Amino acid sequence: MKLELVGVSHHRTPVEVRERVAFDPAGAARLAHELVGDGGEAVVLSTCNRTEVYAVGADAELPFREAGVEAVAYRLHDEAAALHLFRVAAGLDSMVPGEGEILGQVRQAYETGAPGPLLDRAFRQALHVGKKVRTQTAIAESPASIAAAAAALAQQVFGDLNGRRVVLIGAGKVSGQAARNLTSRGAEIAVVAGRALTAEPEALAQELAAADVVVSSTSSPGFVLSPGQIPPRKGRPLFLIDLAVPRDLDPAIHELDDCYLYDVDDLEAVVAESLAGRRAEVPRAEAMVAAEAEKFREWQASLGVVPAIASLRARAEEIRAEELARVSRRLSDEERAAVESATAQIVNKLLHLPIVRLKEAAVTADGVIYAETVRHLFGLGEEEQ
Amino acid sequence: MIELLFWPALVAYGEAAVAYAGEARRPGTFAQPAIWGVRLGWLAQTALLVVQAARADGFPWSTWAGALNLFVWLVVSAYLVWGCRPRFGLLGLAVMPVAAVLFGLAYLGGGIGERGDEPGALLALHVVLMLGAFAGLTLAAGLAALYLWHERRLKRREAKILRLRVPPLEALERLTGRTVAVSLAVLSGGIVLGLASFAVDGGGFDAAMAITFCAWAVYSGAVAARLHGRRLARATLLGFVIVMIVLPITHFA
Repeated sequence: MKLELVGVSHHRTPVEVRERVAFDPAGAARLAHELVGDGGEAVVLSTCNRTEVYAVGADAELPFREAGVEAVAYRLHDEAAALHLFRVAAGLDSMVPGEGEILGQVRQAYETGAPGPLLDRAFRQALHVGKKVRTQTAIAESPASIAAAAAALAQQVFGDLNGRRVVLIGAGKVSGQAARNLTSRGAEIAVVAGRALTAEPEALAQELAAADVVVSSTSSPGFVLSPGQIPPRKGRPLFLIDLAVPRDLDPAIHELDDCYLYDVDDLEAVVAESLAGRRAEVPRAEAMVAAEAEKFREWQASLGVVPAIASLRARAEEIRAEELARVSRRLSDEERAAVESATAQIVNKLLHLPIVRLKEAAVTADGVIYAETVRHLFGLGEEEQ
Repeated sequence: MIELLFWPALVAYGEAAVAYAGEARRPGTFAQPAIWGVRLGWLAQTALLVVQAARADGFPWSTWAGALNLFVWLVVSAYLVWGCRPRFGLLGLAVMPVAAVLFGLAYLGGGIGERGDEPGALLALHVVLMLGAFAGLTLAAGLAALYLWHERRLKRREAKILRLRVPPLEALERLTGRTVAVSLAVLSGGIVLGLASFAVDGGGFDAAMAITFCAWAVYSGAVAARLHGRRLARATLLGFVIVMIVLPITHFA
């Protein structure tokens, strides 16, 4: 059984080409089942950064051939394909090292695809190593976007964001992302303040007095919030995120006690540092992935001797059964049971060490020679010939 | 026997201190060895104190070195209760090297011996309460220092702020306040017992007592005024300076 991978990714292929072989999750699942047809295995992983077809005994080239992008597609086999899959699942092949979304996409592709024994093993290992890399290294700990950085900084102040009140001033795309990041960590959007609220100082002051986090992103040419508008905090911290350019929040707010104001530049600097931290974790993650790929290689190599082991067992069992049949007529039920048990033990004990050695040899280059030698010595498969 | 318990405790505390330093340099790598160093060291020192108490004729921690030994145990106990978690690694870095050095000093000063005297139950309890309060206040000072440092990083908008695992600002403030409140209650109890012992045994009002009252006044003021944030942290550190620097100088001089 040979594992094949054909794919295109953001590394070498521009989006104009990638989009020709892009599939939504349902389309990817359908394609996997179409590729399999009557036999074989296939899983199609299609994200905004890559489309990859993992196949065993199926035509992995087909979607790329039909889209006319076969010239730019990469092709990997067996261990190299598995290593690539593990790197993808670990987020090491992503634009942002360690990003978490890809692991879910790999899981979805696996669950909706058409895996058989080999792809099942490869994808299970990929999911395992993807999780392991994220839990045992700091590669996924730091935020990779401005919105995530804002939420992580809020946690530096408050810890648990459960029940924290967020005031949104303006509703831009980035502030929406920041709000989503905050709410996903337990915060509550208390109010979305538009022009109407900012025009009413008293209502705004009331909201700000109860707020823990302020996210601002308006298209206002000047400041919409000045230090004088912030009610005294009395020991309650206020974390302010200014995502607007030109800025919405007067920088002097940062000088107030218990107020922490971060603008776009501050957040971008935090993200840049975080990415550097992620990159520093890459060597450790690569080592984990390589170890997992080695395990997969050993497992795959052991598959080569499985038929020889099965034949050897079958041959031994056949001989035992024949000999048992010859003497069983002269034995009582009790004696027959005893002889049956004893011969089974003898066969198992005789075969145990050769089988163990055969499995050990399977993971080395000698595996095929060993398997052939066993076939030759025991005459396995000669009857069929 | 006591020596057999002292060295493992010192080695474990030292290992914890080194591991916390490593953890500060490479977060997530040495947190577990550090925490286990604290736990094992504390167990060994606890056994040491039990053996001391069992073998000594009287109260074995009335000398300055003995008191230091007990004080280290109380500090590490308080640290184990409050913050012996990976996220509080930086607090461990502040506490454990000090604990290891003080524990070594206690050994050099003969504070782990079996000699004891008979100071009376009132005075013994006074010593234990005072040391317990000082241990709590030491931990509070560590938390306050960590608060000020972390707050300054937030105010400076340091780009590397997410690289180190530090407890959230609010948690640090809350823990500092609670630790000061609990320690102040214990300190008040210790002072009352000290005054009672003073009334029974007699003696003169000395500088150590005056400075202890000063420290008590600082902490009481902070609690009564419901200080928070930077002010609470600074008051805690001021009280700690009075307790930990001025008091030993006047007490042991």
